[in-house]
Amino acid sequence: MALLEVKDLKVYYKTLRGCVKAVDSVSLNIEKGRALGIAGESGCGKTSMAMAILRLLPVNGKVYGGLVMLDGVDILSMDDEEFRESVRWKRISMISQGAMNALNPVHTVGEQIIEAILTHEDVTRSEAVRRGNDLLEMVGIHPGRSKDYPHEFSGGMKQRIVIAMALSCNPDIVIADEPTTALDVMVQSQILKAIGDLRNALDLSLMLITHDLSIIAQTCDDIAVMYGGKIIEYGSVVNVYGNPKHPYSIGLLKSFPNIKAEKAPIISMPGSPPDLLSPPAGCKFHPRCPLAKGICLEKEPELAKVHPDNHRVACHNTDMLKKGTDIWNQ
Amino acid sequence: MESIEIIGGRGTIGCKKVILEVENLTKHFPLRRGIKGKLASNSTSTVKAVDGVSFSIMKGEFFGVVGESGCGKTTMGRTILRLLEPTKGKIVFKNTDLIALNTGQLKKIRTKMQIIYQDPYESMNPRLDVYRIISEPLRVQRIVKNLHDAFPYIKEVLEDVNMVPPEKYMTRYPYELSGGERQRVAIARALVLKPDFIVADEPVSMLDVSTRGGILNLMLKLSRERGVAFLYITHDLATARHVCHRIAVMYLGKIVEKGPTDDLVKHPLHPYTKALIEAVLVPDPKKRGFGEVLKGEIPSPIYPPSGCRLHPRCPIARDICKEVEPKLMPVDNNRMVACYFA
Repeated sequence: MALLEVKDLKVYYKTLRGCVKAVDSVSLNIEKGRALGIAGESGCGKTSMAMAILRLLPVNGKVYGGLVMLDGVDILSMDDEEFRESVRWKRISMISQGAMNALNPVHTVGEQIIEAILTHEDVTRSEAVRRGNDLLEMVGIHPGRSKDYPHEFSGGMKQRIVIAMALSCNPDIVIADEPTTALDVMVQSQILKAIGDLRNALDLSLMLITHDLSIIAQTCDDIAVMYGGKIIEYGSVVNVYGNPKHPYSIGLLKSFPNIKAEKAPIISMPGSPPDLLSPPAGCKFHPRCPLAKGICLEKEPELAKVHPDNHRVACHNTDMLKKGTDIWNQ
Repeated sequence: MESIEIIGGRGTIGCKKVILEVENLTKHFPLRRGIKGKLASNSTSTVKAVDGVSFSIMKGEFFGVVGESGCGKTTMGRTILRLLEPTKGKIVFKNTDLIALNTGQLKKIRTKMQIIYQDPYESMNPRLDVYRIISEPLRVQRIVKNLHDAFPYIKEVLEDVNMVPPEKYMTRYPYELSGGERQRVAIARALVLKPDFIVADEPVSMLDVSTRGGILNLMLKLSRERGVAFLYITHDLATARHVCHRIAVMYLGKIVEKGPTDDLVKHPLHPYTKALIEAVLVPDPKKRGFGEVLKGEIPSPIYPPSGCRLHPRCPIARDICKEVEPKLMPVDNNRMVACYFA
């Protein structure tokens, strides 16, 4: 049984202009100790999905169906107080987007870590202080700096502190939402390395949300590519990167320049991601897809298995995609 | 004047005329301090954002400036256009010394040099439609008398940036456009005056990945077909490698290495360039591993380290690096590096 199982999750936002289906029947699994990368462009629903799992959706967002099982226990039907006490941070914690601003500027960083521990666990203050210092040391920050305020740290160090906070209650799963977006390349490399090392040391499961396919390639075991609120391709990173089956994944992979390989042209897909207030009928990708045909305009494709290794794709044209054919060659 | 063979990946450019020459460009921002600080000492400290940068750009060339945030690349781009006044140095654009120009002369020469900003969400007036946004430079420069006369210019330039049919986009407002379309409008606005030189300051970093390629390829096409020279400012070495003929790497206000793109990326000489290339992640799960990057983060440009500015982070630093600053020296005809041990 998977550690975290998400089944047919639907998250809709009510807005003045109508209902936005931000997450539309998404299913995924994370096993103990594995890392799943969620890839997609802005507005594809990846953050909404994470927020729904942790019940941190804004007031106009609501879960309209589906299941979220943690170790076989349905955590969606729990009442809020129980969820706060026994799941959030203790079992599933989060490294949020723009974590550089996630720290409270008027408290010392040590105090903020201790607060998280004391809120969730029944320990003495001195025990919490000791654990806070251990956590800082683990992410590579001298414990002596726990009495410093956030502005006294650089961006990369603040990010490390936020990671320490996410680990403060020994969670099973960490959801990292664009953990390195605001950081410089060199710091990004340091932080991702730190996350990887911690994951190995603590046998953590990770859900890493990013628009950057190279981060997922370097840190995750599996990948789910999202487009317009749906997962359109799902499988192990080796399968999906080596043999992508959905035209969108193929295009996305070709939009990334690879500095260590021979120079290849960067492609761009025509059009832009769909407006989820009035998404196109049928396959949501059809207006941008070079393979779109009659059925794509009418029927939404199912996420179907294309490879025994549980590589799944939602596309009507998977048969047409023989390995090597260049569908994006304009 | 430098004479440099452009050996970009996109073939040699026939004309090698220098269009922009920057010499020892320096921009220091004075720090404002409280009264206590002023009483304590007489000297004002400054942020040394750009500290003695020299290079030249040829007609039609794509020149990349790469560096981490805070290295002074954006300040440099703006100072070149005299959007910021340089502290010292020389900027010669098409044989005109920009620093000697008065406001009127500067306005006139700005038809030939334009800028594209990083964030297309903030660089446009949300209350103007695309037609008015693009016609504004024409009206400011008195090329057209009224809005109506601007029509043929706008139609042409929208076609140039692949927004067809142009009539469909003219009446739209920025909020009705996607990020990629907005950045195309920003390029059209820069292009409508038919400039010879465009500063592109992180033009794709705010865009969705699937639309980045389109903007980069559009700029490449403009440089190839029209001979527009670009100063491409970015933190992303991977896209710089894709579009640039030559790249200069900046660290704390100084150029540490400069050379033809392929050469520089395949055989970096400066330890900073090496680390920067190592830090770029590869979108390939079969080639895993985080390369050796430098420890720590970029120091404050108010008190840059003595000697070579990289020495506290440099894996090969020796005693001399702490004391004497290395100069940018030619390695061969095309490449220059500022390091004693490169």
